[in-house]
Amino acid sequence: MGAKTSAAINDPFLGGDISLASLLEIADLQVQFFTSEGIVRAVDGISYTVDAGETVAIVGESGSGKSVSALSILRLIPDPPGRIMGGKIIFDGQDLLGLDEEGIRKVRGRDIGMVFQEPMTSLNPVLSIGRQLTETLEQHLGTNREDSQTRAVELLGLVGISEPQRRLRQYPHHLSGGMRQRVMIAMSLACNPKLIIADEPTTALDVTIQAQILELMKDLTRRLGVALIIITHNLGVVARYADRVNVMYAGRIVESGVSADIYHRPRHPYTRGLLKSVPRLDQPRGERLIPIVGHPPDMTQLGAGCAFLPRCPYAVDRCQHERPDLELVDDGHSSACWQRDELDKGAAA
Amino acid sequence: MYKYIITRLLLAIPTLLGAAVLVFLLLRAVPGDICEIRLGGSGLYADPAEVKLCQDKIGLNDPLYVQFGDFITGYLTFDLGESMWTGRPIGYEIGLRFQLSLQVAIMATLVAVLIAIPLGTISAIKQNTWIDYCVRTFSIAGIAIPSFWLGIMIILGLLLTTQAWFGEPWMPPIEYVSPFEDPLGNFAQLIWPAVATGYRYSAVATRMTRSALLEVLREDYVRTARAKGLLEKIIINRHALKNAMLPVVTIITLEFAFLMGGLVVTEQVFNLNGLGRLFVESVLNHDFTLTQQLVMLVVLIFVLTNLFTDVLYAWLDPRIRYS
Repeated sequence: MGAKTSAAINDPFLGGDISLASLLEIADLQVQFFTSEGIVRAVDGISYTVDAGETVAIVGESGSGKSVSALSILRLIPDPPGRIMGGKIIFDGQDLLGLDEEGIRKVRGRDIGMVFQEPMTSLNPVLSIGRQLTETLEQHLGTNREDSQTRAVELLGLVGISEPQRRLRQYPHHLSGGMRQRVMIAMSLACNPKLIIADEPTTALDVTIQAQILELMKDLTRRLGVALIIITHNLGVVARYADRVNVMYAGRIVESGVSADIYHRPRHPYTRGLLKSVPRLDQPRGERLIPIVGHPPDMTQLGAGCAFLPRCPYAVDRCQHERPDLELVDDGHSSACWQRDELDKGAAA
Repeated sequence: MYKYIITRLLLAIPTLLGAAVLVFLLLRAVPGDICEIRLGGSGLYADPAEVKLCQDKIGLNDPLYVQFGDFITGYLTFDLGESMWTGRPIGYEIGLRFQLSLQVAIMATLVAVLIAIPLGTISAIKQNTWIDYCVRTFSIAGIAIPSFWLGIMIILGLLLTTQAWFGEPWMPPIEYVSPFEDPLGNFAQLIWPAVATGYRYSAVATRMTRSALLEVLREDYVRTARAKGLLEKIIINRHALKNAMLPVVTIITLEFAFLMGGLVVTEQVFNLNGLGRLFVESVLNHDFTLTQQLVMLVVLIFVLTNLFTDVLYAWLDPRIRYS
């Protein structure tokens, strides 16, 4: 499949290493929602890749299109109102957007697992934990009852749930939020997928539990060699757990690079703003937090210029008329900003 | 769970007692009595002395507390008393019709469930397609068509089609056929009233299934089930329907309780001797003792059906546990 995916060479953020084909390649993905207020370009031409075993974070605030872009990979966008309007999603050599319903169904849960945001509502309240774990195995691998029970116990052990035998007979309401999210992770791992997409997996949890769940996911994905796409609005998560980061704003990727670069040398004003608005342990105490002024743009009314312009302290004339594309600023680091070079000087100073 | 059921059954006793007081007093508040109707019902002159004699004989002139006492103490000896009109034991009068009414109610409920759940499900899955519109029209028609008219149309339809196909008209037997003697004949007789009422009664349940399912299909756990790559069939049957059934179960069981005593018109159309007719006759005749016992029976049926519904809830939804 190597030759077929050579289109990725043109991707600015793929860096030098193009000999290895990526596990997942998203190219120019466009998702639109047809609402009564107008067409929302929730995802407006994003491209990125995920290599086998790699953890990639998608960061952005609510409404930036990060969840939509992730759900689109498994074509889980409710249609209507949403529709994937264009682009390519190549997973392990096959174009997921070209598959029929039956084809994509076989990818879901088997090759790509999914962990959702709300463990409280994402598990079925009237089915036992065991039933919800084993049904994936029975569906995809045709495992018999007994074997899938054994595997379910094994999976619960893997995600650190005590007394797995007993838990199988319990229902979601018997478990705490953190436990349920562990069950979700166990479910996503059931068929040994190559990729797991976690859509804000810790947003609904207590802070202490958040860390546990993230550690667990990091540990398991490393150990099992599973690639992970983690959607979050929390930059702290990114710094600690992700190999690479894509920052999204108004349906586009505005900055992309290795976590350390994004964290220490952000080259987009939005990323900068995000970093300044959250407390950081590597900054002196007493440092003031600076919020990003203004609001995210109305997605039905995007103009020709840069979507971040109204909130941007670095804006120049050009930003009003021309939208900057994602361009390489450094090895494996790219930014969609006309001021990308100026920002670097600012950061160094 | 058993403890819960026993508690609920014990709690039914005050409910039944309350119902007994209420029906007893309400009946006594109705002007006129059975003796006046029997002796002068059709506008004939009734001799007051004769009326008095009749009232004394039946016990209508006893003080109210004595009459009420008789009514209640009867339960202790399992004696429901005699019908004021026919003089036969009420247990016998009700027993004669109970089996028929129960059978029609169960069959109508089955017909309703068999119509409502598949149609409601299809209609929800195919929301806003022509299939959905057809199902919705069909169910609205069920509410709009009076069941006596539907009953008459069914009988007429049977007569005409059998005439056309077999050359000889056939209609369900007029005389009651016991299911124990002739199960097939019994089915051939009772399926038509069951269809006539079941169709009407499926209408609400169909719409309820549709809307409950539409709501459930938007839930996060259904998206999870999709993300797991389950077959659509499994997503609907296992993940969605079980959650959507709670409101539907309520409607169906309540309706069942109603059918036990409320099928007056359908029984008339199909010439069935059921509880509904007995009920209306007993009220028209001012047959106090019989009306009282029939009301008590219906109250008991409602209490038991409600209990059954609650137990069914607990089975459907593990979050509901009674203790």
